[in-house]
Amino acid sequence: MSTRLANGGRRIDRTRPVEFRFNGKRLKGFEGDTLASALLANDQMMMGRSFKYHRPRGVVASGSEEPNALFNMGEGGKFEPNQRATTTELFDGLSVTSQNHWPSLEFDVGVLNNYAARFLPAGFYYKTFMFPRPAWKHVFEPFIRQSAGLGRAPDKETLDADTYEHFYFFADVVVVGGGVAGLQAAKTAALSGAKVLIMEQDPHWGGRAMVDGEPEEGFVQRLVGELEGMDNVTMRRRMMGAGVYDHGYLLGYERLRDHAPMLAGPRHRLWRIRAGQIITATGAIERPLSFAGNDIPGVMLAGAVRDYIAEYGVSPGDRVAVVTNNDDAYRTAIAVKKAGLEVPVIVDARAGGGGELAREARGMGIRVENGKAIAKVTGGKRVKSVKLCAQAGEGAVLEEVACDAVAMSGGWSPVVHLWSHCGGKLVWDEAEAMFRPDESRPPLNQNGAGFVRCAGAANGALDLGAGLADADAAGKGAAEAAGFKARGDTLPDLAQDDALPIEPVWMMPQGAGPKLRMKAWLDYQNDVKVSDVQLAAREGYESVEHTKRYTTLGMATDQGKLSNINGLAILSDTLGQAIPQTGTTTFRPPYTPISMASIAGEARGEIFQPVRRTPMHAWHEANGAHWEPVGHWRRPYCYLKGEETPHEAVSREIRATRASLGLLDASTLGKLIVKGPDAGKFLDMLYTNMMSTLKPGRCRYGLMCSENGFLSDDGVVVRLDEDSFLCHTTTGGAERIHGHMEEWLQTEWWDWQVHVVNATEQWAQVGVVGPNSRKVLEKLGGDVDISKDGLSFMGYTSGKLGEFDARIFRIAFAGELSYEVAVPASQGRALWDALWDAGEEFGVTPYGTEAMHVMRAEKGFIMIGDETDGTVIPQDLGLHWAISKKKEDYIGKRAQERTFMQSSDRWQLVGLETVDGSVIPDGAYAVAEGENANGQRNVQGRVTSTYYSPTLDRGIAMGLVHKGPERMGEVIDFPGTDGTIYKAKIVDAVFYDPEGEKQNV
Amino acid sequence: MSDTVSALQGAAFEGIARVEEAGLRGMVTFRGDLTAAKVKTAVKAASGVAIPGQRGIAMSGEGGAAAATGAAAATGAAAATGAAWMSPDELLILVPHAEADAAVATLNDKLSGTHFMAENVSDARAVFTVTGGKAREVIGKLAPVDMGAFGQGEIRRTRFAQVPAALWMHGEEAFTIVCFRSVADYMFGLLRAAAQEGSEVGVY
Repeated sequence: MSTRLANGGRRIDRTRPVEFRFNGKRLKGFEGDTLASALLANDQMMMGRSFKYHRPRGVVASGSEEPNALFNMGEGGKFEPNQRATTTELFDGLSVTSQNHWPSLEFDVGVLNNYAARFLPAGFYYKTFMFPRPAWKHVFEPFIRQSAGLGRAPDKETLDADTYEHFYFFADVVVVGGGVAGLQAAKTAALSGAKVLIMEQDPHWGGRAMVDGEPEEGFVQRLVGELEGMDNVTMRRRMMGAGVYDHGYLLGYERLRDHAPMLAGPRHRLWRIRAGQIITATGAIERPLSFAGNDIPGVMLAGAVRDYIAEYGVSPGDRVAVVTNNDDAYRTAIAVKKAGLEVPVIVDARAGGGGELAREARGMGIRVENGKAIAKVTGGKRVKSVKLCAQAGEGAVLEEVACDAVAMSGGWSPVVHLWSHCGGKLVWDEAEAMFRPDESRPPLNQNGAGFVRCAGAANGALDLGAGLADADAAGKGAAEAAGFKARGDTLPDLAQDDALPIEPVWMMPQGAGPKLRMKAWLDYQNDVKVSDVQLAAREGYESVEHTKRYTTLGMATDQGKLSNINGLAILSDTLGQAIPQTGTTTFRPPYTPISMASIAGEARGEIFQPVRRTPMHAWHEANGAHWEPVGHWRRPYCYLKGEETPHEAVSREIRATRASLGLLDASTLGKLIVKGPDAGKFLDMLYTNMMSTLKPGRCRYGLMCSENGFLSDDGVVVRLDEDSFLCHTTTGGAERIHGHMEEWLQTEWWDWQVHVVNATEQWAQVGVVGPNSRKVLEKLGGDVDISKDGLSFMGYTSGKLGEFDARIFRIAFAGELSYEVAVPASQGRALWDALWDAGEEFGVTPYGTEAMHVMRAEKGFIMIGDETDGTVIPQDLGLHWAISKKKEDYIGKRAQERTFMQSSDRWQLVGLETVDGSVIPDGAYAVAEGENANGQRNVQGRVTSTYYSPTLDRGIAMGLVHKGPERMGEVIDFPGTDGTIYKAKIVDAVFYDPEGEKQNV
Repeated sequence: MSDTVSALQGAAFEGIARVEEAGLRGMVTFRGDLTAAKVKTAVKAASGVAIPGQRGIAMSGEGGAAAATGAAAATGAAAATGAAWMSPDELLILVPHAEADAAVATLNDKLSGTHFMAENVSDARAVFTVTGGKAREVIGKLAPVDMGAFGQGEIRRTRFAQVPAALWMHGEEAFTIVCFRSVADYMFGLLRAAAQEGSEVGVY
């Protein structure tokens, strides 16, 4: 059984017990434990069920590579699935449940899949569910969804209770990994004066050296102390290098509160780092061995077994059998023995056995069997024994050895992920049986030079002395590449390990038959076995990428950290080719999963995205505004009074405005100031009509097209003085049109003397609309003349309106006598309040965007985005009057001369009047006779705007209709989606006051 | 005009740094040939300072504000004048809010006959201050700027999360941030979140 040892455990504090809950059970651990070590200390070997076959699974590793021990963690707003026990630090009150079983971890119905395993081979999804087709939806999919899967998805109604943030950081050299190699590389780099950031995903510095031996006594502590004392060094623990991207961009994932959720502050922080040079000192990951039953709880990586003993004082079993193909695993046997536990046998697959460490183990009285293998592990929910055989044979059992844990080592693979993310290449190291970074082909930066280098075990330097020297060189190289003068550090003098070489063992025993291969796991999390990869190869999958997807090898949340090399070795072997010929799958960020919320950072709730508010926003809010988003702006769609519906409110607002006085917050309209001797010439090019002839103090409506001739924006242009114009754009169009103007000025007409400034937000603007609009403005007083003749239609004046610094434009989008009054934004609210007070006697009514839309439609005015959709030219809308014939050129002119644009078959704007007064549904199409090549009904037009007009008490619409203007009076059909056919008569688009008498009073 | 109001009317938040909406500042966008002698003279007359170099800001009278806090600082800064480099042909001229139109008039007067542009944009903006030992960290969470290397006399046009903004230092541990007025609420929300309790990064 697994248990807490009486002594040892560098990380735990035995004086500080911690209580936590596992599947509702109260358990005890110590501060410093991980969830995995605490569960093992409580003899909880089984920690979950596997993905496909629901086999019992225990913890295999002690770090971020762990595939099995994943848990649902926390509750409510703190719930998160798939949390790795090996990287979850224990805290008081931690609550987890195991995953992927029903009804319970101990008894799981899904385990039946295990017995049906022969019917669930590689690619079974693709093979099984082809036929019959309906069975997918009704039988297979529900079954698979129920039985497969990992953690529970968080409840969609529950909001994450935590906060998250980003942090931008810049450094000359960033070191990922805080083992001895990383610390040494950081120190060497920092000695040059370079700004250095070093990060370690674990809460502790030192990495494996803390278990397997430091270069010299106190080495890590000394180095950490030195680095902490350097002003140019930033050190972060619990921060993982998640991904390396172009231009030295690096993501660091810092877990701030996972271990202390009771403290205030953000849970995760995503560091967005610009690094001059990156050093990855990410160490190596031990590989499992592929023998039958290698997934039974109690079978663990050899390195993990000694980690649990040394770091947490936890033994995975009383009798630990060790199986290996290299010398390193002997350290585990020695550590187990020293902890006072039994090692019944060391099974070394190498016929010649091991070197110095093997001699030491033998000297301690441990039995070593060279050239042997594990034929099979027995046991269900925990290991009972191992059956030994000859590695060279087919698995004939020689003897059975009782044990309750198995420590396995298939050698070590450098963690090359970060090196590879941005294109670093690998070489196959035959001697060490591993892929390691190819120094000659690093990821390249913007200058074509390498910007990532690896150090220590991550670079394939598994020997401690060699690793330190490698790290020192990496630190020096990175500092120099970042532009600093660097020199190497003085390193401890270390003799090379006297170890015998590893012998690659990809299958155990070498000639294992089908029965054994079907129980030899490669990918624990996705339940992929040796037999699955071999089947894929036999079925013709030669590319490692295809095999990965077909078998799902390496596609789980651990992304194959343990399984990839073993899997591709099996594939190579089956295909009869060398491992480098098969190659690896692509390494993609993040290194281990990071929280989605950390990517979102601060963007949630009220600051999910910016909402633009006008100076009068608060008034609208307090007066029943029913909001509509327009770009990032919020504008009142209408103002709700009492119990009325938005439709009723819109009608009320229109009637009141047409009858007396309405107010519209028009502050969102874009306002671009164009100034300079060439401003007139410039605007003549931008607008379809002539602007240079506009007199100071006058306004003119203008259309803007793209180079392709399509309508892009419209608005009223005001000539403020000889030199400057004010161009109104649509709401939300200001930034786009400003950019459009700057682009032409900067790239084409760079020699024209024109400046543009976006003054949109400088001004609060109010539409004062209706027969009483002049009266209310006159009531405010001031020195501006707004009399009928003093400020004629399409005129502009400025001065004091009451006490306001006002610009007043007499323009009429609603077709009534109306003014737009602009004042500096800081005076906007006061102006609105003043108009509100002064308008009381006229029954002043604020109106929103919908009333504005309806009133302009009653007048037959177009709206960019309604009548236009990027395919409409001004000529389609009958706006020939706003297109200058005199001008030699304007943006879009040439495009509009293309034959297709000139065609009389283009749909043209007309008014549409339903025969029965009903309202045509938005977006309805007018049908024509016959069907097209696709068997769809032919169409001859579509609605672009359609409203109920309270003024006319009937439905009105505008639409684009084939040869529309020639077909006045004709009735065409608009089928609705409700089955009704709306019959509409083609009429003139101006429904209200066609003579324009109302605005001219 | 007595009823002039800034977007958030001095809203403030105290977390790992102090965040405060700093009220109205006079701002004039100037565009023109910054190398012309006539322009240099005119800018000096309007702003009280010589034209700063690339990514530079020159302020006169703002330093005193740094020592003070709260309303005193806001008042002090609001009284300062200066100029900030915005692009090779653009400056931002800072004056007291009530004097912005006068600054435009000065420029128009001095530069009559030359091609340039001076536009009062004071009310298009919202101004915030972030002060305290952790101010750099608060900003570093939102703007892709190397806050470890940012110093006084610099202006940076950048973004804060999803909106454009500019920042400079008006004292030791004191930053002024300018954004568009319409997103003042968003900016205040961002700064509040970034300054939340327990969120110290511990690098500056």
